[in-house]
Amino acid sequence: MSGVRVLVGTRKGAFILTSDGKREKWEVSGPHFAGWEMYHLKGSPVDPNRLYASQSSGWFGQTMQRSDDGGQTWQPVGNEFSYVGDPGTHQWYDGSQRPWEFTRVWHLEPSLTDPDTVYAGVQDAALFRSTDAGQTWQELPGLREAKGHLWQPGAGGMCLHTILLDPVTPDRIFVAISAAGAFRTDDGGQTWRPINHGLQSPYELPDADAEVGHCVHSIAFHSSRPDVLFMQKHWDVMRSDNAGDSWYEVSGNLPSDFGFPIAVHAHEPETIYVVPIKSDSEHYPPEGKLRVYRSRSGGNEWEALTNGLPQSNCYVNVLRDAMAVDRLDSSGIYFGTTGGQVYVSTNSGDSWTSIVHDLPAVMSVEVQTLP
Amino acid sequence: MMGTREQEVGDSAMTLIRVVLPHHLRTLAGTGREVQVAVQPPVTQRTVLDAIEATYPMLRGTIRDHKTQQRRPLLRFFACAEDLSHAPPDALLPDDVVSGKEPFLIVGAMAGG
Repeated sequence: MSGVRVLVGTRKGAFILTSDGKREKWEVSGPHFAGWEMYHLKGSPVDPNRLYASQSSGWFGQTMQRSDDGGQTWQPVGNEFSYVGDPGTHQWYDGSQRPWEFTRVWHLEPSLTDPDTVYAGVQDAALFRSTDAGQTWQELPGLREAKGHLWQPGAGGMCLHTILLDPVTPDRIFVAISAAGAFRTDDGGQTWRPINHGLQSPYELPDADAEVGHCVHSIAFHSSRPDVLFMQKHWDVMRSDNAGDSWYEVSGNLPSDFGFPIAVHAHEPETIYVVPIKSDSEHYPPEGKLRVYRSRSGGNEWEALTNGLPQSNCYVNVLRDAMAVDRLDSSGIYFGTTGGQVYVSTNSGDSWTSIVHDLPAVMSVEVQTLP
Repeated sequence: MMGTREQEVGDSAMTLIRVVLPHHLRTLAGTGREVQVAVQPPVTQRTVLDAIEATYPMLRGTIRDHKTQQRRPLLRFFACAEDLSHAPPDALLPDDVVSGKEPFLIVGAMAGG
């Protein structure tokens, strides 16, 4: 029977949760890299035993890890991320210009075709690629030419946190940066352009519909239809039907359209999930009720999914990389919280159970569907 | 125990330096609390760290910046009950470190709350 492997990054280490296709009984492995901040772990789509992990520390900086056996053993790989040329400056919080400085890797995106190729989204925002299984990393500097001098950090830093590799148009990559916006390349990463037309940030930007500067929190698509993008922005849930050329709002009846992750059902391209958070000032669910909201119409009409989730006194957050879906016939939806819970639903969100509930704050959740 | 340092290295031009690593760097490098590295004199912060990074390449970038070679802000270098963190990287380390009587300590700074 096929199964799943859930890769959980937390503030104090990584955990690997495995189950068979029923997803009722779970084995928990970890903490791996105990005590380190694990921003993200992700497996290769073409070799499920090949995993990459971002391991960092305020003391010791960034290190990278690779596993070739599904997370049973790990080896450190290259951790040098050097910007190409003089990266210049970007806007700082006070409006001054500040030199680009590497801090950490937020997101890893393994290639859809080659297990030795993996992309890394970093802070200060840039995109790197390794073609030797993580031993060395090369920047794709064309991205910073997309008005990089106007980008500025969000509260979490100026991080490139979303990387979507288009399975239909191989030279097309989407990325998102806080607080710069969304960007797209159509030539394999050489040249990029902002794709933020239609985004509105009236409370965050002096020019509400500026070309760059929007605080995009995450973007998702269904692999069969990568021209249709769904975005959770700082405020607003957005949709694009033309690969980001233009966006329109689909927040509809959400109790709050602030939030971090957004996910698409594995088998229903118009079914999407968000976790509303009260506001940018109060990062917890409205009314203390942890609710996933599902739209089966690609946005606008949303229903609360509450069965199995705490509906009182819940003040956790769900971070941008902490939601994932598996590809089993009855698709599983997963998310992790800053309170250390990882929840799973095996019925498209109708009901939820916690796999673990006392981990360190969860920063990322990815799931591998195993043969 | 470290009295015949050059003989232990097997190369009279090199000397063995004892280095104590902080917990997280031990686990990263897969070592015990203390390691020994062969250093070509002069024995300075720079030559000791060069030797550590050559022996344990996974520690590159974790003690000092890849490019600038500056000590990471939340690390400290101690030896012989002295804080050497702000000493010039090419200053000679104390004789007791060179002789092996004392280790060179790499320490994670106190940064709790």
